[in-house]
Amino acid sequence: MIQTLAFYLFAALVIASAVMVIMARNPVHSVLWLILAFFNAAGLMVLVGAEFIAALLLIVYVGAVAVLFLFVVMMLDIDFAELRAGFVKNFPLGIAIALVLAAELIFGIGAYQAGQLELGVASGVAAPALDASNTASIGAVLYRDYVFLFEAAGIILLVAMVGAIVLTHRRTENARGQQDISRQVRRNPDEATVMKQPEVGRGVDL
Amino acid sequence: MDYATSFYFTATEIGLSLCGLALLLVAGWQGNKSARMVTIISVAALFGAAIFSIGLFDRATGEVAGRAFGDLYRADAFGSFAKVLIYVAAAAVLIVTPRFFERIDAYRAEYPVLMLFNAVGMGMMVSATDLMTLYIGLEMSSLSSYVLASFLRNDERSSEAGLKYFVLGALASGIILYGVSLVYGFTGSTNYAGIRAAFEASFSTGALFGVVFVLAGLAFKISAVPFHMWTPDVYEGAPTPVTAFFASAPKVAAMGMLLRMAMDPFGGEADAWRQIVIFAALASIVVGALGAIGQQNLKRLLAYSSINNVGFIMIGLAAATPGGVAGALTYLAIYVAMTIGSFTALLMLRAPDGTNLETFADISGLSTKRPALAWSLLALMFSLAGIPPLFGFWGKFVVFQAAVQADLVALAAIGIAASVIGAFYYLKFIKVMFFDEPTREVEATSPVSHWVVLGICVAIMSPLGYLLTVPLGEWTAQAAASFVAAM
Repeated sequence: MIQTLAFYLFAALVIASAVMVIMARNPVHSVLWLILAFFNAAGLMVLVGAEFIAALLLIVYVGAVAVLFLFVVMMLDIDFAELRAGFVKNFPLGIAIALVLAAELIFGIGAYQAGQLELGVASGVAAPALDASNTASIGAVLYRDYVFLFEAAGIILLVAMVGAIVLTHRRTENARGQQDISRQVRRNPDEATVMKQPEVGRGVDL
Repeated sequence: MDYATSFYFTATEIGLSLCGLALLLVAGWQGNKSARMVTIISVAALFGAAIFSIGLFDRATGEVAGRAFGDLYRADAFGSFAKVLIYVAAAAVLIVTPRFFERIDAYRAEYPVLMLFNAVGMGMMVSATDLMTLYIGLEMSSLSSYVLASFLRNDERSSEAGLKYFVLGALASGIILYGVSLVYGFTGSTNYAGIRAAFEASFSTGALFGVVFVLAGLAFKISAVPFHMWTPDVYEGAPTPVTAFFASAPKVAAMGMLLRMAMDPFGGEADAWRQIVIFAALASIVVGALGAIGQQNLKRLLAYSSINNVGFIMIGLAAATPGGVAGALTYLAIYVAMTIGSFTALLMLRAPDGTNLETFADISGLSTKRPALAWSLLALMFSLAGIPPLFGFWGKFVVFQAAVQADLVALAAIGIAASVIGAFYYLKFIKVMFFDEPTREVEATSPVSHWVVLGICVAIMSPLGYLLTVPLGEWTAQAAASFVAAM
């Protein structure tokens, strides 16, 4: 009973906040509604017993992706009047693409006949019944069966990082904010301060 | 799954990755002072990986058949052959790279490191027997390629090339992913053997859509017509050594991936994709030949030449027989040598003040000033045109032979006719170099390393190359047989 109630609560809130994401006039509000949608989706995941996915949803989507969105939205200067003008101009094209995508979706659902998906092991043998927790099972798949691809994906991220730095980083001689601690420690009052006795009516000679 | 066996079969990828990581640390600490040393170690690592791949060539027999990590990856004769080509091509390009960038003080130690990671990705592409491995390898290679294309970040054309390559490459990746998801949805497996088995059971329209999308995305990566538009711009804008790289190693990797994809998981449905491949082959040959005619920029011209050559390689694939695959691999090997030779010669063409010479006007009368270079270019251009005493002819011969044996006589005939059109602009090279009046000053000397690379390429293209026909025939036949063994 309580589960059913919780399900309807979470589901309704997900749908409502998803609608608000696209209806909100202020893009910052959109992102905040999106975060609410993520929270409720995490609640749904807990209800079906996928506690690891729920945690991932909160940590990765709310913690990282949504905050990143927020930064981007706040930093970008989006001209909504111009955006709307483009929307009206491209409306027929958008409708055409939407129709094509809808047709593909219907076609795909109609033709779907895969049957049993071979999840679990890379060799294609059906997954054995699990007596481990969700987290342990996901870890086993990620770090045991697909460890090669996992590490390779890590290298892709490294390449992306190196690439970004190579293309944007410029080495300047004395970059701002470079701190030489030993120089700071070596300084003493004799070098750092000068005593002056300025005469009346004349400036200080430095 | 036995980790020791898996690590052994994937040793080239693991070794090159570790080497790349270590060199990245060196590059981070030592900065650009270490660029030369990092390059030399990278070249050594690539040659080491090539030698190891040769050692694996016929090791992949028996029960495991080179399978690593539960058939995510297979180290077979085909993969080893393609990898030797990839690693040697990447090493050859790295050898001729530093001089180009050092002249304008733009060489950085990250360049060879990105090249190593690119090689890792390309190795994964040709050995992938799972759609996920394929995609990850493809992305690893593509991502570092985008960075390499815009490596001269202060040069407008280089940045433009990088951006263009990135946007269109991302689109192609998206198309491949869409096809992959359709194939996975309709077969229930990302594994090549699983896909093949599912296709044999039933081949639905949806699966056909998936196959078409995957092939279209791969056609972009090998720059086959109608997905070739990016090639001339990117090849022209990217720094010349990077262009030499794009035209050689990634072409082998993408072509190897396409061959394995078409022959292994989609091998039972050859009729479904043969028309696409025939169309792309013919269109590439014709567009490559006609598009090059009006070009004044030599890099653009070589870009069209590579589109043209991809068409000939795809004729071998269109045959969809082991003989066709062997022919395509032979052509690929010869093509790599010709391409690297041509671009090395282009790198050696410089004005005395160090600017790059890359138009027809710049090379007019080259034979009086740099006779050795002009004669080398002559051999390479005749070879690209497929004129008989040179080795380029052999590549065309084997793919046409395979096409005729597979009853694709019309395809072979059109291909031969179009290769005559293509001969026009290769001969224009010769005409401009040997019969026109010299107009520009050309730098009189070139580094020894460039001469060595050019010399090896020209030696392979010379009639001496025919000594290679027997071993090359054996290796490619064995490589093509690895698909049959895998079935």
